[in-house]
Amino acid sequence: MSRSLNPTSDLRAQGVVVTSIQDFYNWGRKNSVWPLQFGLACCAIEMIASTMARYDMARFGSEVFRPSPRQADLMIVSGTVTKKMVPQIVRLYNQMAEPKYVIAMGACAISGGPFKQGYNVLKGIDRYIPVDVHIPGCPPRPEALIHALMTLQEKIGNQQLTGESRPRHLRANAPSEFLIPVQGPHDVEPPFNPDVWNAPKVPARG
Amino acid sequence: MEPLLEFPNHVVLVFAAMAVGFGVGPLILARIWALTFSPRKPGIEKSSNYECGLASAGDPGGNQNIHYYLYAIVFLVFDVESIFLIPFAAAYTSLSIGALLTMAVFLLLLAEGLVWAWLKGVLTWY
Repeated sequence: MSRSLNPTSDLRAQGVVVTSIQDFYNWGRKNSVWPLQFGLACCAIEMIASTMARYDMARFGSEVFRPSPRQADLMIVSGTVTKKMVPQIVRLYNQMAEPKYVIAMGACAISGGPFKQGYNVLKGIDRYIPVDVHIPGCPPRPEALIHALMTLQEKIGNQQLTGESRPRHLRANAPSEFLIPVQGPHDVEPPFNPDVWNAPKVPARG
Repeated sequence: MEPLLEFPNHVVLVFAAMAVGFGVGPLILARIWALTFSPRKPGIEKSSNYECGLASAGDPGGNQNIHYYLYAIVFLVFDVESIFLIPFAAAYTSLSIGALLTMAVFLLLLAEGLVWAWLKGVLTWY
């Protein structure tokens, strides 16, 4: 029989739990993700339902919806983002303290959804702020939001504290604020922020 | 007679040290954590006032009009007056002439204050 060379599993076999600072830090963070309290459209109703007793998002430590961006870790963009609303959303994101995460909830927040052809609908919030988890659906069911939260928890749990692969908020030169668009005569200007993500170009139907 | 309790003073010092450590310790740890891992990223938008996502309308620490407070003080005059007047009215028939005179002086002083505030223009809202 060969002996295990991993001291962690040896200790765990004896009933002693050891961990690293990084794992402990991520464990604490991922189980206390506090969302910012705002809803944009019908997806917000599903978001509200997922916090109530039937779906009970409190099981994941995320029931504390904060009315101030200073105390929030997570922005759930729940619904259609109109061009009138974009500057406010980006400003709220900018005012959140690091580390901060974004869930784009539903087809509208991802791409404009059924209102994509609308003159006043933004084609995806990831044109202006970095999105961590996208949830498809119109609207997504509360289970989908909870799955997105679990996906985000998994992402937070795997984030490195040091090294080249550490996340944005631990990099000194990575931005914490993103450009706030302004209302132009025909569209919000600029129409997207190329520093965040380039929206794929969809060819017009002939 | 012996004292009931010999209180050891050094326990107070231990508790005081624990209280200060409990308050200051996390702050020091947070600063060490920030210096080691998490760089500070202040910014104009990030530090601006939270006004539900709208652009900040300006500095909230500016001068405030004192007028409301003067108005509130005049209100308090009548508030206190009613506290004294109601028991006075309830016990009116059994009171002496001295109590009546005292109350008259009290009311006169308050009315004088009201006239003063009125002449100063406190009651005029602008």
